[in-house]
Amino acid sequence: MAEKSKEIDKSSIIKRPPMDLKHPQETLLRKKAIPTIYCPGCGIGTTIHAFLEALTKYSKIPQDQIFVVSGIGCTGRASGYINLDGFHAIHGRAIPFASGVDIAKPSLKPIVISGDGDLFSIGLGHLAHAARRNTDMTVICINNAIYGLTGGQDAPTTPVGAKTRSTPYGKISFPFNLSHITIANGATFCARYTVYEFVQLSKAIGRAINHQGFSFIEVISNCHVNFGRRNDLGDSIAMRQMFKKARVRMKEEDIGFDLHKTDIEYEIGKGFTKIPTGVFLNEKDEPEEFSERITHAYEFKK
Amino acid sequence: METHQHPEDKYYFITDEERCKGCGLCIEFCPKDCLGFSDEINEKGWRVAKMHRMKDCIKCYMCERMCPDFAIFVNEDESAEKAET
Repeated sequence: MAEKSKEIDKSSIIKRPPMDLKHPQETLLRKKAIPTIYCPGCGIGTTIHAFLEALTKYSKIPQDQIFVVSGIGCTGRASGYINLDGFHAIHGRAIPFASGVDIAKPSLKPIVISGDGDLFSIGLGHLAHAARRNTDMTVICINNAIYGLTGGQDAPTTPVGAKTRSTPYGKISFPFNLSHITIANGATFCARYTVYEFVQLSKAIGRAINHQGFSFIEVISNCHVNFGRRNDLGDSIAMRQMFKKARVRMKEEDIGFDLHKTDIEYEIGKGFTKIPTGVFLNEKDEPEEFSERITHAYEFKK
Repeated sequence: METHQHPEDKYYFITDEERCKGCGLCIEFCPKDCLGFSDEINEKGWRVAKMHRMKDCIKCYMCERMCPDFAIFVNEDESAEKAET
């Protein structure tokens, strides 16, 4: 039976399809820029796809009010591939640009798609203050635990013991927990998913876009070329199977005030052994966002 | 572009050779093991993924969602839907 099913069946090919067949998110893509520059099997493409599906299926905000900002790195090209208003900001300054967009035109919803090196290494101060002010924006941080574009140096998110180009005997210092940092700084929506959980990730992005205030989504992605190769984690398929085994679903009630429960665990040789995923924080009463507070302050002055 | 039509449910399955990079994620995560690598090599030199057994397809959209390069997609037959309603 198994041998029979492995034959290639070409009878179902039709040469003249009766209608114009296209990708469901084709209108949101810049066709000239595709195929993308990413390595085969990269998680950034999957995240862009999840974001586009969230825009078409789950978001309540019209597409002409979305503004995509991206920083430097492999993820920086995201604003070029998405056929919406956007800007490719300078290194680490994606969030200040998005804050300016939100303050100048409160009807627009800025969405920052950037990597961990851009948002949490050079841009950490900006992220903390945007979260403190509760600026109305959505930040999608693609965390691949390494500086992928520049050749695989160790990032602030690289786990202890991982080999990189700049730490050939294993990393010594401790990594950041990105969700912990943003919750501690005052974000009002925070979620973490891996690239394997596409549907959940897409729904969470949709919820974050509909949420008013600072919302943060951490996407655990695979950099199999620079991170997986040096740590014997295999190709993109093996890394996604690893995410499938390592993910642990957590709810808001399970975490409570102990945010160390969301820490990612890593073992040398095995890769990630525990990745808590899920929506970690969702403030239901939605405190006033920054642009609203500015308009209130102007009215008070009059 | 290679289009397949399911023999019973009348939906279309399309693979775009120009966009495919041969990462194999669709082949690995297909629950019914329908997809496979073809012998063709595209313009950029990648060995592309193709649908091999369309009759086993259950329209779970797993390949479309897993593909990072927007190369695989499933389209419903709009004319059939209109005829039903």
